[in-house]
Amino acid sequence: MSEWLKICPLEDIPRLGARVVRTAQGDVAVFRNAEDELFALADQCPHRGGPLSQGIVFDRRVSCALHGLTLNLDSGAAQAPDDGCAKKYRVRLDKGVVFLNLGA
Amino acid sequence: MRRMKLVMVGNGMAGVRTLEELLKLAPDLYDITVFGAETAPNYNRILLSPVLAGEQKFAQIILNDRAWYETRGISLHLGTAVTNIDRRARQVRAADGTVAPYDRLLFATGSIPIRLPIPGAELPGVLAYRDIADTEAMIAAAATHRHAVVIGGGLLGLEAANGLKARGMEVTVVHLAPWLMERQLDATAAGLLQTALEQRGLRFILGRETRELVRGGKKSGGRVAAVRLDDGSELPAELVVMAVGIRPNDALARESGLFCERGIVVNDTMMSYDPRIYAVGECVAHRGVAYGLVAPLFEQAKVCANHLAEFGIARYLGSTPSTKLKVTGIDVFSAGEFMGDSQTDDIVLLDKKGGVYKKLVLKDGKLVGAVLVGDTVDSSWYFQLLKDGKPVSEYRERLMFGQSGLGNTGHQGKNRAAELPDDFEVCGCNGVCKGTIVKTIKDRGLFTLEEVRQHTKASSSCGSCTGLVEQILASVVGGAYQPVLNSVKPMCRCTDYAHEDVRRAIRENRLMSIPEAMRFLEWRTPNGCASCRPALNYYLVCAWPHEYHDDAQSRFINERAHANIQKDGSFSVVPRIHGGVTTPAQLRRIAEVAEKYAVPTVKITGGQRIDLLGVKKDDLPKVWADLDMPSGFAYGKSIRTVKTCVGSEWCRFGVQDSTRLGIELEHALDRMWAPHKVKLAVSGCPRNCAEATIKDVGVVGVDSGWEIYVAGNGGIKAEVAQFLAKVKTGQEVLEFTGAFLQLYREEARYLDRSVHWVQRVGLDYVKGRVVEDAASRQALFGRLQEALRDQPDPWAEQVRTDSAEFRAIQLDSCQAEGNRDERMAENLPS
Ligand code: SRM
Ligand SMILES: Cc1cc2nc3c(=O)[nH]c(=O)nc-3n(C[C@H](O)[C@H](O)[C@H](O)COP(=O)(O)OP(=O)(O)OC[C@H]3O[C@@H](n4cnc5c(N)ncnc54)[C@H](O)[C@@H]3O)c2cc1C
Ligand code: SF4
Ligand code: FES
Repeated sequence: MSEWLKICPLEDIPRLGARVVRTAQGDVAVFRNAEDELFALADQCPHRGGPLSQGIVFDRRVSCALHGLTLNLDSGAAQAPDDGCAKKYRVRLDKGVVFLNLGA
Repeated sequence: MRRMKLVMVGNGMAGVRTLEELLKLAPDLYDITVFGAETAPNYNRILLSPVLAGEQKFAQIILNDRAWYETRGISLHLGTAVTNIDRRARQVRAADGTVAPYDRLLFATGSIPIRLPIPGAELPGVLAYRDIADTEAMIAAAATHRHAVVIGGGLLGLEAANGLKARGMEVTVVHLAPWLMERQLDATAAGLLQTALEQRGLRFILGRETRELVRGGKKSGGRVAAVRLDDGSELPAELVVMAVGIRPNDALARESGLFCERGIVVNDTMMSYDPRIYAVGECVAHRGVAYGLVAPLFEQAKVCANHLAEFGIARYLGSTPSTKLKVTGIDVFSAGEFMGDSQTDDIVLLDKKGGVYKKLVLKDGKLVGAVLVGDTVDSSWYFQLLKDGKPVSEYRERLMFGQSGLGNTGHQGKNRAAELPDDFEVCGCNGVCKGTIVKTIKDRGLFTLEEVRQHTKASSSCGSCTGLVEQILASVVGGAYQPVLNSVKPMCRCTDYAHEDVRRAIRENRLMSIPEAMRFLEWRTPNGCASCRPALNYYLVCAWPHEYHDDAQSRFINERAHANIQKDGSFSVVPRIHGGVTTPAQLRRIAEVAEKYAVPTVKITGGQRIDLLGVKKDDLPKVWADLDMPSGFAYGKSIRTVKTCVGSEWCRFGVQDSTRLGIELEHALDRMWAPHKVKLAVSGCPRNCAEATIKDVGVVGVDSGWEIYVAGNGGIKAEVAQFLAKVKTGQEVLEFTGAFLQLYREEARYLDRSVHWVQRVGLDYVKGRVVEDAASRQALFGRLQEALRDQPDPWAEQVRTDSAEFRAIQLDSCQAEGNRDERMAENLPS
């Protein structure tokens, strides 16, 4: 399954924030940073499964709401010295609309 | 632009730390060349002691391996001493003939161990204890010989002796002074230490001088065989370690004509008399002092790097060093003027059998020195008090019992790291054991509490084990561990400014938003981090009520969602129940909502209200709408609850109507944001059933009025509230409480509970602003009332606006919607 799914207009995701997308593969968090770059990760922290969508976004990172693990939004990987990685999805912006790809 | 050339002489701890700091600030400014006389790359010299004792391998204490230099393009010459410096031609020459020109030169040549000028000092088997070569020679000797004598009972000598003993040698320490570590300990402390070391099998000869080292016969190959003392007695010794002191290694600097006293003389920017030449570390004399511990050297490194990077703003003003001995299992700490004299006021605790000794030296109401043996858990607290130079008379009688005098929770009340087994759980929040902490510190070369928190998670949650973790850190890295000074600590890694600086800048320059504040204060990161953004948001909320536009994305999820997040991602709902007084109608409504939304748990909280736990985020607005009650702010750095007791309306002992006053207070303070959470309680008589004396503000009714207590805390570290004032009427209670809380809101650091802030500024200051000065009190209370005027209830607000924060995007529905929308469908990327 490698199709681009239309999610929402960009404005529906707050700057330095996220929205949760409910999918058949589970919740996906779609993040928007200050430069309007978009990132998508499985909404599950590698630490203890906290919802990443509820964290604080800064730069290209998110700090998990439950115990403060910081993940790189680019890769889903935890910032050193922590380890762990959240599954990453492809996401893109086209004419002000956000599209998500749940394929590999 | 041509890059400047930086040459560093000496590849040791202070020098390489300077390079690390420099590369952080200006990675591209210099082409760097490093000469190191030792063949090993930069290693953690202080951990030579555990290497000697066999607790660690040399490979584990390397701080920067060759690859580190390579990836940074630093050209490294190991095993190559610099022999000459031509300051006119601006170049250095090394023993192997290498010549390197420089624009800036950095001296970091450390120091040289002093060798006693006695007969036999040059014999094989006589060593100093300074580098890995010495350490390896000692290990080799221990494998083949039996008797060792260590000359010098200071820090280094004792660590050497302990290590050699651990390697199976019979070790005697010969010391000139009447007691061990006389420059760091008084006679009592040294006595306890000596007993502890004797129990491990070390022997001591005190008050004796070594006269001669005696050469052994043919069979020994001319090696040292004995030590002769000033009373003529002889001790067998096939290994002699001289640990009698060090002197700054400034010979090369002197030869090149640099001004030296006892060390290379530098100013507060770490610059020598030649403006192209800087110096850091043990080879330096700063304001007449040459330091011999890592912590001050690292401070120098930071300042030096700042100037090498041409930032030009840092100054080194000298350090107050403290001492810790790194002998596993023995905790010793000392700092400042620990001896005491006729002018000082000494507080002493001695438990000979238990091996605990504590001496606090006070002068003019301030702590000026401390010695701790056995229990050193409060060492960093004392050290902080000592450096801050703040008056301590206020809690003089509690001083000896340390910061944890009143029961920290979560680590079984243990406060001596030394006696803990490796599998002892130090951090109850994150399940981290002592052994893990020790291993991580050693393996990763950690020096600071912050680093230990990052790498092990210990002490990173509730913080109640911080003292223990610091103690463990100190026992591994010795004097290299220095607690960070609160007063100069930057807010976070995004800035160099402290909380106070930021608050002032916001007020004085009318900074009205987070981006504006970050621009003005030259934040290093594009949009801060999860630690500074919430703080900035609060400072702006507090500074510009009604004007500042609250930034939801800079709030922690609880405050963004107006509910507490739970471990499964669901939320809890706690409506406000003023003063803990409810009605059957209210209870019925809560019950109906709980049933309608199938709330899994309904719980009475410790704050006299009701918690609906396990509500899905999407349901929150509906739950709030149906409840039709105001938010209880159970999630906020804000007013939480005002607990009350029944009081004079019903209670046979009650002398004041505590319930009514509590309800009034809770209404008056509703929706108040604060640096941290704020809890109040009102009791109707001194029996104090509302537990008012462990609250941020506690009010206790007495026959003639009300007593007000402030800065209590019932959480991680229980603190009894302190008496602020006694007033007659409920109206006065409101005004005093409001003024106190406004002062806290305006001046505390984000995440300070009121107790932390009052401990820092002193109760006298608070009384001055709130009790003694009526005009100041009224002004404070006025500002609070103005800030709270017309604040909307966040739940009602959400129900009204229906913001997207609470709605997840359902993939199916939005796909369907998308298909209906022709324009969007056309734009579908392939
Ligand atoms: C619900 C409640 C426990 C209960 O079921 O009784 C509770 C639950 C939590 N407490 Fe508490 N505390 C509750 C009363 C207390 C009390 C007792 C009191 O308020 O009278 C204390 C000690 C008094 C004090 O604070 O001085 C208390 C000391 C703490 C602390 C330690 C604070 C400290 O400064 O040492 C924390 C951690 C923190 O805030 O950083 C904490 C944190 C928490 C958090 C918010 C943990 C978190 O971050 O998620 C818990 C949220 C659970 C939730 O979703 O509701 N809770 N907590 C109580 C809510 C009272 C209310 O109605 O608002
Ligand atoms: C066994 C031991 C235990 C210690 N324990 C502690 C402790 O618990 N806590 C604490 O705070 N401190 C401790 N110290 C002290 C601490 O190690 C020193 O303060 C620190 O290493 C000094 O750093 P530095 O860079 O000034 O000197 P060094 O680390 O000594 O580095 C100087 C380097 O310069 C090289 N060098 C000298 N001249 C030249 C030249 N002409 N050309 C090229 N290279 C040259 C030297 O070979 C050396 O490698 C301990 C020291 C020892 C030996
Ligand atoms: S409610 Fe309080 S004491 Fe209980 S687990 Fe949560 S934070 Fe700890
Ligand atoms: S679940 Fe994310 S940090 Fe613990």
